[in-house]
Amino acid sequence: MTGPAKRLPHTDAVVIGLGWAGSIIAKEMVDAGLEVVGLERGGWIETGVDFNINTAPDELRYARRQELMLQTVQNTVTARNNSAQEALPMRKWGSFHPGNGTGGAGLHWAGITWRFQPEEFRLASYLSEKYGDEVDPNLTLQDWGTDWSEMEPAYDYFERIAGVSGKAGNINGEILAGGNPFEGARTRDYPTGPTIPTYAPKLFAQVAEDLGYKPFHTPSSILSEAYTNIYGMQMGPCTYCGFCTNYGCANLSKASAITCVLPALVRQQGFTARTRSEVLKIETDSNGSKATGVTFVDSDGQEWFQPADIVVSAAFTFENVRLMLLSGIGTPYDPATGKGQTGRNYCYQTANNVRLFFDDKEFNSFIGGGAIGMAIDETNNDNFDHSGLGFVGGGSTRVGPIGAPPIGSRPVPEGTPKWGSKWKQATTENYNRSMSIGCESSSYAQRGNYLSLDPNYKDRLGRPLLRVTFDFPENDLRMSQYVTDKIEEIGRAMNPRSIERNAMTGHWNTVPYQSSHVVGGFVMGADPETSGTNKYLQSWQVPNLFVVGANAFPQNPGYNPTGTVGALAVKAAWAITRDYLKAPHQPLVQA
Amino acid sequence: MSLKPPLLTRRRLLASAAAGLSLISTGAYARVLDGTAPWQPFAANPPEQGWTGTWRFFNEAEARTIGAMADRMIPADDLSVSGREAGCAEFIDGQLAGSYGTGEKLYMQGPFKEGTPEQGDQLPWTMAERYRMGLASLSEYCRKTYSNEFADLDGETQDEVLSGLETGDIALSPIPSKTLFSDILNNVMEGFFADPLYGGNRDMASWKMLGFPGARYDYRPYLMKYNEKLDLEPVSMAGRAAWQTEATQ
Repeated sequence: MTGPAKRLPHTDAVVIGLGWAGSIIAKEMVDAGLEVVGLERGGWIETGVDFNINTAPDELRYARRQELMLQTVQNTVTARNNSAQEALPMRKWGSFHPGNGTGGAGLHWAGITWRFQPEEFRLASYLSEKYGDEVDPNLTLQDWGTDWSEMEPAYDYFERIAGVSGKAGNINGEILAGGNPFEGARTRDYPTGPTIPTYAPKLFAQVAEDLGYKPFHTPSSILSEAYTNIYGMQMGPCTYCGFCTNYGCANLSKASAITCVLPALVRQQGFTARTRSEVLKIETDSNGSKATGVTFVDSDGQEWFQPADIVVSAAFTFENVRLMLLSGIGTPYDPATGKGQTGRNYCYQTANNVRLFFDDKEFNSFIGGGAIGMAIDETNNDNFDHSGLGFVGGGSTRVGPIGAPPIGSRPVPEGTPKWGSKWKQATTENYNRSMSIGCESSSYAQRGNYLSLDPNYKDRLGRPLLRVTFDFPENDLRMSQYVTDKIEEIGRAMNPRSIERNAMTGHWNTVPYQSSHVVGGFVMGADPETSGTNKYLQSWQVPNLFVVGANAFPQNPGYNPTGTVGALAVKAAWAITRDYLKAPHQPLVQA
Repeated sequence: MSLKPPLLTRRRLLASAAAGLSLISTGAYARVLDGTAPWQPFAANPPEQGWTGTWRFFNEAEARTIGAMADRMIPADDLSVSGREAGCAEFIDGQLAGSYGTGEKLYMQGPFKEGTPEQGDQLPWTMAERYRMGLASLSEYCRKTYSNEFADLDGETQDEVLSGLETGDIALSPIPSKTLFSDILNNVMEGFFADPLYGGNRDMASWKMLGFPGARYDYRPYLMKYNEKLDLEPVSMAGRAAWQTEATQ
């Protein structure tokens, strides 16, 4: 540190984090005439500078050395499976990949862009009404405090920021062939048409359809065609280069804040971005009910105080929750009593898949993109009757050829040696003749899973790391076996030489990558006792603070989260610009 | 003798960009962005330097050991050259000399404690330290057991040693043998399959073996060639051997 914090000129609003959520809210506020300062912990990333078409497809640099991700030296989390264990730091990322720099984790993402289903927003009530005592009492499911009529316009708007490619399955209640028949009623179709499936998803969809399923194109923010979004940003069609998840797109085909929002926003009067600037604390007045601004430190070690009338915390799930804990917003959650808002209902995603090996197929797996492919939804959420099954939840079943750069993508049958002649022969034989069916499944809250400040480990600035206490609930492990049975049946109907089953079992392991879909910890809801924010993402305790991101999810359905993060950002932005400004500092929902 | 103008190839462009712009591209400093787009033509963000022609981390003995290991892990046969011939030792040398070796991007604060398997790697040493200490301990083991260095053992004995490291039956100190083995195997595979720009995968040997077309840009013409073997010739970020000219040799 170099001396005391210097005070910056007052601004109308300060936004923490320039990923999807922060960029959208900043853009909407600037468009409404507010002066906005955006603070970003990482650097400014721009397609034309950072993602040369010649050097972007670099597996070593982006997938193995994780250049676009937060470096653990900057900040990490500690992890343990239960409260009896001592948490230890994740010294390198495994299970998940937090982002760094503009675009955040929504820069290196896969682009799969769901709307959650209408029942999701009142899940606890819905499941209780339908299954009563059958729902495992260890689960601490909660409603979101909002409903479909409020979410649908926000989803629609986000889809027109990202340009999402897909085919509608339900427009105003009419079920349409070729779309997802389980989706909530939408008012209109996706802004761009579906992407083209490669051989593996094509084959999967044919066999699934023969078995009576209704396959559809995975909704994709990797775009099928050229598109100009509602902010005037231009995107190009995907070339299926196969360097997608973990990578930046040189072709402006992958939607992200750096493609769809920030290049327009940074040119506007009223917006200033400060990069390499990490927020230390949200400052509040003496009784803790009004935010006065934020303190941040830049890469020279200089501390600054940015006064502001509105504070929007739009960092990644982990950092949003840590900032609330460090700033004294909400009461830290206590797993012994089940009380407290901050750290509550931390959930993840439960990854299941089956891998198929063939003799007579050439998949050309190196062709693809993060969200290219075909899906079925009969296995997901409550799209099948759970009576008597002993669990609730499910997963989205998909075949998605994300590309096959060969350091990481060399599938061989179980039992193959890891080196030597036999390894080499098996690697060569199977490289192009294998595919997998994934089932990205729900993760439901239970009392002992939560986020808190670690008592032992500090970040480089001397602040406590966030501590993750998590293990898979029995409910979710039972669900995993069931949905994996279903996808295994489809896999067998495809007549592979062999099939391997990977249903989630045992403890949560921090080492292998599973997904970056960490959710909850400061959730939205209708009850200030059990939620950190109201349905407008406005803090119950501090009405001029909005906390936006996947931390708002009380639990996670069997879908990727980003579409809903985008919709919640739109919802918060509209609440600020349309309602909050009329009566500043007032709660939009009475507690 | 004729005078030819110097040609800019993909390889040369990358190299010069790497030399000139690394400070800018790391973007390690706080910036205030206001009113204009912070975009400068040709301000590309190039990859780190690959193999430079000299060992930067390994001494000769270490390089020989790693080369010999790569020869056994990825043996030469009809499918491809060996791991050593493909440049795996050169690749690993470059990695260990850079940020991967120093661990400068990783959280390395203590206390260091052995956790559950689910809590992952908690060893207090950087990759560079692990290689240095691990290879010294392996050398000591081989001299004591076989009166010879690993690289001088016959292939069968080398395989026995590698298997003993893999299972943990051979004990090294202070680096656990299983950890050393899995780090080396992991890095040998990275070297064999990464873009040749980083010093391994010489002549794109592994990509030819697999049928991986490399750093291509546009597959749309091949999208609907379902179940057809494409046999596309691979291309590296540094181009192809056939694209090189006299001026770039």
